[in-house]
Amino acid sequence: MAAKEKDVLLKIRDLRIEGYSDEKWLEIVHGVDLTLHRGEVMGLIGESGAGKSTIGLAAMGFARDGCRISAGSIEFDGMELTTTSEADRRALRGSRIAYVAQSAAASFNPAHKIIDQHTEAPIHYRIRKRLEAQEDAMELYERLRLPNPQDIGFRYPHQVSGGQLQRAMTAMAMACRPDLIIFDEPTTALDVTTQIEVLAAIRDIVEQFNTAAIYITHDLAVVAQMADTIKVLLKGNEVEEADTETMLSNPKEDYTKSLWAVRSFKRAQKPRPGGDATPVVSVQNVSASYGDTPVLHDVSFDIYAGMTVAVVGESGSGKSTTARCITGLLPPTSGKIVMNGVEMPPSYKSRTKEQLRQAQMIYQMADTALNPKVRICDIIGRPAEFYMGLKGGKLKSRVDELLDLIELEPSKYYSRYPPELSGGQKQRIGIARALAAEPNFIICDEVTSALDQLVAEGILKLLDRLQKELNLAYMFITHDLATVRSIADEVLVMKQGEVVEQGAKEEMFTPPHHPYTDLLLSSVPEMDPNWLTTVLEERGVDNIGEAAAT
Amino acid sequence: MNYFVIGYYALLIGASCLAAYYSSRSAFLLLFSLTLVSFIVGIVGGESALWTITVCAGVLALCAGTAYAFREFLVIVLPVEASKAIKTAPLTATFGLFVIMTYAIAGVFAPIIAPHGEAEIIAGAFEPPNDEMLLGADQLGRDLFSRLVFGARNTVGIALLATILAFVLGALMGLIAATRGGWFDQLMGRVVDVIMSVPSLIFALLLLSIFGTNVVVLIIIIAIIYSPRVFRLTRAVAGNVVVMDYIEAARLRGEGLWYLIRREILPNSTAPLIAEFGLEFCFVFLLVAGLSFLGLGIQPPTADWGSMVRENATLISFGEITPLFPAGAIALLTVAVNFVVDWMLFRSSGLKG
Repeated sequence: MAAKEKDVLLKIRDLRIEGYSDEKWLEIVHGVDLTLHRGEVMGLIGESGAGKSTIGLAAMGFARDGCRISAGSIEFDGMELTTTSEADRRALRGSRIAYVAQSAAASFNPAHKIIDQHTEAPIHYRIRKRLEAQEDAMELYERLRLPNPQDIGFRYPHQVSGGQLQRAMTAMAMACRPDLIIFDEPTTALDVTTQIEVLAAIRDIVEQFNTAAIYITHDLAVVAQMADTIKVLLKGNEVEEADTETMLSNPKEDYTKSLWAVRSFKRAQKPRPGGDATPVVSVQNVSASYGDTPVLHDVSFDIYAGMTVAVVGESGSGKSTTARCITGLLPPTSGKIVMNGVEMPPSYKSRTKEQLRQAQMIYQMADTALNPKVRICDIIGRPAEFYMGLKGGKLKSRVDELLDLIELEPSKYYSRYPPELSGGQKQRIGIARALAAEPNFIICDEVTSALDQLVAEGILKLLDRLQKELNLAYMFITHDLATVRSIADEVLVMKQGEVVEQGAKEEMFTPPHHPYTDLLLSSVPEMDPNWLTTVLEERGVDNIGEAAAT
Repeated sequence: MNYFVIGYYALLIGASCLAAYYSSRSAFLLLFSLTLVSFIVGIVGGESALWTITVCAGVLALCAGTAYAFREFLVIVLPVEASKAIKTAPLTATFGLFVIMTYAIAGVFAPIIAPHGEAEIIAGAFEPPNDEMLLGADQLGRDLFSRLVFGARNTVGIALLATILAFVLGALMGLIAATRGGWFDQLMGRVVDVIMSVPSLIFALLLLSIFGTNVVVLIIIIAIIYSPRVFRLTRAVAGNVVVMDYIEAARLRGEGLWYLIRREILPNSTAPLIAEFGLEFCFVFLLVAGLSFLGLGIQPPTADWGSMVRENATLISFGEITPLFPAGAIALLTVAVNFVVDWMLFRSSGLKG
């Protein structure tokens, strides 16, 4: 990369951003420098709260509500964004700087067709006439390998899939041929198989138009594929910056090394208990449907005490539906659920308290899984009160014990409310609530997918420790195969409501695989910067979309 | 041209210039447009029109001053959490609170505040105000001021009771419908549709003429007429809460309907309900006053603002403002409640100013 001074597109110097909370302005970004050249892709990584998105938005001269840029300079192509008027800055956004948000589904207006939203900016800035803009959109769709590029734009956002929508959004960002695009976690919400398509599309189009980009993510493997240089952030400070190769092979700071090491957590596989041990949960030939649409076909598997069964598959494969059948939220149309040798009534409404107690759930989104208006002690205490009839001092000591178990200090967290906690802490409370019922089986529904890698690792280690101490059986629903590698004993691969393959972990990760398992495994991003290129070559670049669809 | 007019324009122009100098954009626009309007009004209406503007501005300034002082007072008096909320409240909201508090005091301590009895005849019909009677006498020679104070107790009291009953009824049904779903939800939905399809005033008149007019019947009928709106709101709000994972977790735990409603759903739907309560109170209040005006509400000799307007309405044709006092009392309370409700809606919608 020839770092010539005249090629500098974006120059941020000593950027400080303050956020307003509790009637005070608190600094959240503490003097960050950033230099981006034309055609360069920079990856910004860090945990949540590191200020990645805030810096990304500041690159457009924008601060979110309740935030302000308090000091520093942001120079875009010779123009100082902190001092220019709001109108000038607005003219810049959309035409010369574009932004791709994390959730395309939430960012598109559901009431307008995709192409109308695409052409809005070029028409508004009088860069193109409507028809020209539409033709250009179709061309971009083709380049991004969207199916039916001539027609897809005339659909509404809900009529296309998540991965396609994310690509359409990238196309929209390209509509005015901007000099700089900011990608804010564009693939975080997608499955591995979809993610790979979007990554390939983004990389190609950025290369073709020689656009500079800031790529914000917390997934290191992803950033390794996309970026020329990587900048690591921690709590609003820069930790280090280097080009991708150096950063991956030779990180200098301890924090960066710890980030790199996260994926190394791995637990040895446990064998099934021998003899005629009764499985804690036995799912036998279960089929289920939503209304008239069948979603599960003849699913069978057993989970033994002290073991973890990971259920993997892309979204819509029936992973969560299986969990809903086990808990009784969705009574199966045929087949039965047997727990500890006793057949469960199909609906949770007809199960006894004791039966309900045995199986507990931990949810993906701790935000919606904990009632924001109920204190922590009541959230955790309720199952203990409800099932064991604990009261007063006994209840309090049980809650303290549970808080100790999940490594949160009882005196500090006892009477707080969920919104006052961080994502990882909330997830721990969710675990404590499940444990309070003293179950022998816990369903973990994507418990780590909404968390940063460091925090997620902490949760996995906690779950592992609890399993050893309490001899719990886990059903671990996930689409992240790295998690499966670290925690599972047995793996179940699901696709379109059917079990494609199942077996012990080591077996599953050694070839030969079922073709679908193979596709899933090969779609997991690896730290090798050439991984994406290699995978695409292996699959043949043109049929990547089809490969994922079959 | 006299000194008043010269002073008037000089003050306005001077204030505009000051506002412009200190680059206070909105104050300047307000003052200068007022100046321009005053030129026209002054030419058309003469000096008296300018006096009217001055008096209006003075009253407004007085209200703003009261609101400001009252806000500071509340900040000091209230506990920390509440005073934090009050500190950021707009002046309109604290003005509304002030008015509501005044009415509440008048209602509660009516026998002490009112100089004469509610139905006590002390003078001739329609006697003008004097030392004895602050606002003069009504059509039977009763003290209008005393009746206004007692009216606060009756009209506001009945409206408040009816609104509370409507809320208990509507919110409970709405919560159960949202939580249970199924046939109960369908049944309640259709019942509510039926009640809402009949215009409320006509429905009230119909029911009152069937069941006769007394206070208990009045409150129950009004509560039934207004509960459907509460039902719909509660069901919609609770519907958003019911789909949350924590409700699913509670259901899987085996919790009963009452626990779900009381502990999990209700705490998460109170904000919009409180805002709706204020709004609903205004409608109920106006309906009570309207029914009394039509002679089907609160019966004489009980003092009530609606019937006081009707009884004194004949005076309007003689250019007297007596009937406007009870009407003004109704208007002021409605506006005050709405000010407070606006603020609460703003807060509960999570918008930031």
